[in-house]
Amino acid sequence: MINQFIKALACIMLMIAVSSCVHLKEYQKSRINDSEMALTNRKVEKNELNFQSYREAASGANAGKTGGGCGCN
Amino acid sequence: MKKIFLSVVGFSIICRLSASAQTKQDSVFNKPVPSLYAPVEQKDTTHYSPRRLRLDEIDFVSSYYNQTGTHSSVTGDNPNFFGNGVFTNSIATTDFSNGLDLKLVWLNKALNKNTLGIGMGFDYHTAASQAFVSKTGASRDNGTRVYPSLDWTVENEKKGTSFGLGAYYSGEYNYKSRGLDAHFSVKTADRMGEFSAKLQGYFDRVIQIYPSEFIPNTTVTNTGGTTIITTASGNIISANGETVRHSKPQLPSNPRNTFTASLSYSQIINSRLQIMFLGDAVAQNGDLGLPFHRVFLQGGKDTIEKLPSTRFKLPVGFRANYFIGDNVILRAYYRYYVDSWGIRSNTASLEIPYKVTPFFSISPFYRYYDQTAAKYFAPFEAHSPTDQFYTSNFEYSKFNAGFYGVGFRIAPPNGVFGWQNLHEMEIRYGHYTQTTDLVSDVVSVSFGFK
Repeated sequence: MINQFIKALACIMLMIAVSSCVHLKEYQKSRINDSEMALTNRKVEKNELNFQSYREAASGANAGKTGGGCGCN
Repeated sequence: MKKIFLSVVGFSIICRLSASAQTKQDSVFNKPVPSLYAPVEQKDTTHYSPRRLRLDEIDFVSSYYNQTGTHSSVTGDNPNFFGNGVFTNSIATTDFSNGLDLKLVWLNKALNKNTLGIGMGFDYHTAASQAFVSKTGASRDNGTRVYPSLDWTVENEKKGTSFGLGAYYSGEYNYKSRGLDAHFSVKTADRMGEFSAKLQGYFDRVIQIYPSEFIPNTTVTNTGGTTIITTASGNIISANGETVRHSKPQLPSNPRNTFTASLSYSQIINSRLQIMFLGDAVAQNGDLGLPFHRVFLQGGKDTIEKLPSTRFKLPVGFRANYFIGDNVILRAYYRYYVDSWGIRSNTASLEIPYKVTPFFSISPFYRYYDQTAAKYFAPFEAHSPTDQFYTSNFEYSKFNAGFYGVGFRIAPPNGVFGWQNLHEMEIRYGHYTQTTDLVSDVVSVSFGFK
């Protein structure tokens, strides 16, 4: 019950956030364009993602590998 | 009078020198003097030559990984495998990974930006489990992996679209992998959102290396007076008394194919917040187990891992990055995963980069992970001999995991250590623990050159 409530709350907050999008001019994107704000994995994380995909059953949805390479050592 | 005459002559000479200096061309840049009366020479733009190929960026990432654990899939989690009542031996599992990526950029005739990424990776690993493919521990406990990659992307900045193709190879002693992908992205009309799609196909071969007790003995056949000696791997090493040499061992292999469709949508919400939705659909078929993973069935019978030949995975994820104030950023990520083997998983991570200066940041992070067990998993001597599929690989068991650490990023405008070409350096350390007793540490460093 608590989990369902948290999921529902998260969905509502997300919908509010998405519906409140504002249009930004280029000069207003200084924070959004900061390198720490990139919506990607860090380059230095590359091998961390590899070992996690080998040691855990779940993988994907993180722009990492979903196949290829054994890594079974 | 004489003084007045000399003064006039001197002044005259100085004026002539100054006038001469003003009419001479600029000796530094050697540019012609523009005239108000003559039209300035115009460049011919009808024959514009696109920008030539240039090396835009070089990235080098190196990592050292060290792991200890008490459950080995090679030994089938057998506590008596080593004959001393302990689960594992003292050989550490380590991995030293190195990757180099080059990014080449050029503009084509339509002024679209083309990017060619060339990658090369090299890993060296040692592994306790690998040594015990042979029951005596006589197998090699180390190995290497080489994985080059190629990616080409063309981007139309006016339309906000991009399209690309990629190729990938990974080779190690017991596993070969070849991959291809195609990717596409398009930005929304207001450039505040971006949709991306990627299709990937991996076509792998699993070399059939069995535990030593399952390798058939060398056979000797005698046909029509010809004696042929054939090894367990199918190599004919002797025919009619003469040695037959093979340049490479001919171990059989099985296919493993992976097809992935990845979709993502990112959106800028406001000047401090941006989010992204990610989803993959992954279909696998072929040999999805590893032939050197032992399983001990009830009653102590020893066999090798057997898993279904198909698997479907469905992970969906969400990212949100938020800039608080002027120095602190929140990088949050959540993923839910489900697959056809009965595994459900949650992954959540939070990283909080703190910008000490605009060019130096410290980023502590924490990642939580949990999963349920696969339908086909059971530990040592828990599988029934009547089970259709079985594995004792703890990767498929129920467990939780935590991963925490800290990263440092430095990117000063005059280059790291004053070296202009080294524009960025990152160092990151992480400590990982599973409730299966697996513990590992990883330290990574990356250098970005421009």
